[in-house]
Amino acid sequence: MSKQVVIPFGPQHPVLPEPLHLDLVLEDEKVVDAIPTIGYVHRGLEKLVEKREYPQYVYIAERICGICSFIHGMTYCQGIEGIMNLEIPKRADYLRTIWSEYSRMHSHLLWLGLFADAMGFESLFMNAWRLREHILDDLEATTGGRVIQGSCKVGGVRRDISSEKLDEMASGLDSMQGELHDLVNVFLRDSSVRHRLKGTGILSKDDAYLQGAVGPTIRASGHSYDTRKIGYAAYGDLSFEPVVASAGDSYARCEVRAKEMFTSIDIVKQAVKKIPDGPIDMKVTGAPDGEYFARSEQPRGEVIHYIKGNGTKFLARHRVRTPTLANITPLVTILKGCELADVPIIVLSIDPCIGCAER
Amino acid sequence: MGLFSMTKMVFRSVSRKPATLMYPVRPAKSAAAFRGRILIEPLKCIACRKCEKSCPTQAITVDVKVRTWQIDRLRCIICNCCVEDCPTNCLSTENIYTNPMTVREGIEIYTVPPKPERKKETVDNSKTEE
Amino acid sequence: MIREEQKMQDITPDSLIRSVQAMKDGGKRLVQIGCARIGDIFEINYSFDKDYNFENLKLTIPSGLEVPSVSGIYTCAFVYENEIHDLYGIEITGIAIDFKGTFIRTSIKYPFGVVSSKEEDACQNKL
Repeated sequence: MSKQVVIPFGPQHPVLPEPLHLDLVLEDEKVVDAIPTIGYVHRGLEKLVEKREYPQYVYIAERICGICSFIHGMTYCQGIEGIMNLEIPKRADYLRTIWSEYSRMHSHLLWLGLFADAMGFESLFMNAWRLREHILDDLEATTGGRVIQGSCKVGGVRRDISSEKLDEMASGLDSMQGELHDLVNVFLRDSSVRHRLKGTGILSKDDAYLQGAVGPTIRASGHSYDTRKIGYAAYGDLSFEPVVASAGDSYARCEVRAKEMFTSIDIVKQAVKKIPDGPIDMKVTGAPDGEYFARSEQPRGEVIHYIKGNGTKFLARHRVRTPTLANITPLVTILKGCELADVPIIVLSIDPCIGCAER
Repeated sequence: MGLFSMTKMVFRSVSRKPATLMYPVRPAKSAAAFRGRILIEPLKCIACRKCEKSCPTQAITVDVKVRTWQIDRLRCIICNCCVEDCPTNCLSTENIYTNPMTVREGIEIYTVPPKPERKKETVDNSKTEE
Repeated sequence: MIREEQKMQDITPDSLIRSVQAMKDGGKRLVQIGCARIGDIFEINYSFDKDYNFENLKLTIPSGLEVPSVSGIYTCAFVYENEIHDLYGIEITGIAIDFKGTFIRTSIKYPFGVVSSKEEDACQNKL
């Protein structure tokens, strides 16, 4: 056995958009252990719930994450609606679904770009982000915000989309699909990408389940677990199948995310076809009293918003378990036994969002 | 198949204009619905403080006695809550955002008319605007 | 829109390990561990899921009481348990990877464990 060396990785590292620190224990070039540390960007957003009224807190909930902001806001609203037993208008549910899928596509394109960048494939990164721009433009035109949408509120949504705009969005996605196919083709078929990703960072099926992996990380290991299947918002009315891969390596995680974008396009098109007319919000009076666990599927995986109200305008507790927090333990498992040069790729392959994880 | 998967994309990019704009030489594109910044028509304001109460970031301060309406541009998150709650529709959102700053400023104070009769508009842009 | 059923089961500190072990034996996945402070009492929620069936165990403890760690049963619990320790100051014994208060570093010690202080000055006047 050779001598063990500890190498610090992060919190500043070219592949990391956010501060995660790993102490890597190495034997020659092999990682034998990894100890994660977070806590560089704790903002205390959950504590702020005691100082802001519950309808105002939506805007803070959205700012937990800059990428999956819409879904955070939506899940928080679902939690409050769950406690107060509100049945929001159907059209609002559909609009929420459409915006959720748009944010999923934008997050996945962002991740694909960053992943290509981590592999050193600079031009692919630019191409992924060029496509992301179409998605962001549509979000901006319909919600008024590019990444922080601010279009969700307790009791519905704040903006309606006209039926012409909905059709335009659907046809825009149709015309984008061809380019998206070409992009995904590079990720899944290019020999240099395959060579880099195949077989790196394998997470076995059992490990993924017992270590609590969520989202694309668990689906790449052969589980078809997708929180959208519980049917929140309008997902219960739409038909889709979770994208599953079985290899469990970085390539499989990339494949799941790449193919999920096509599922999202399909869901948006179904929703545009089925969306009913009617009001988009309802009047909310009173204050929540009780507790509720709201779950939904973010681009990175399942998110839990636990909300406890005490009958006043100020909530007693709001706790968010973000997907990255759940994916840290699987990450540590994957890192054991890999090569040092693969660490950046593997860390990025779970799509870490540390700002989310610490709130 | 693995070697030339990028070719189609490369040829398409060659024949296309650049995807980026030369900002700030050319203005950034923004949709009509984009929330850029909050505007106020001070003449219409009745200093009811509804906007101050609805603001989640406490960026707006209304002084009922001195009759001023104040906004901190760097604190404002342009959530549109004040615009929705305004009873006289004196607030609106523009799709151009506030210019970036190099020092901590951005507090704008507007004088609103006194309660009973309407006086001539006096806009105090003592701080910065554009 | 389909709303999930909220299943909540109260447990005591003595039966914690047994109940969590029963969950693992039933093939359930640990979803999260979260904490809430209600006055002087802390509520710790353990959430589990299997095939979209969501279940919760609720442990109610007074402040100052130690809680045994469940990271021996579910390894991934160490993330949540360190977080609860760092934010609420609840002593959790026997965590698989114990960061001893350095997992989330905050300027105020145990910020969620203390009663929220009233803001002396309005936010507007702070630059």
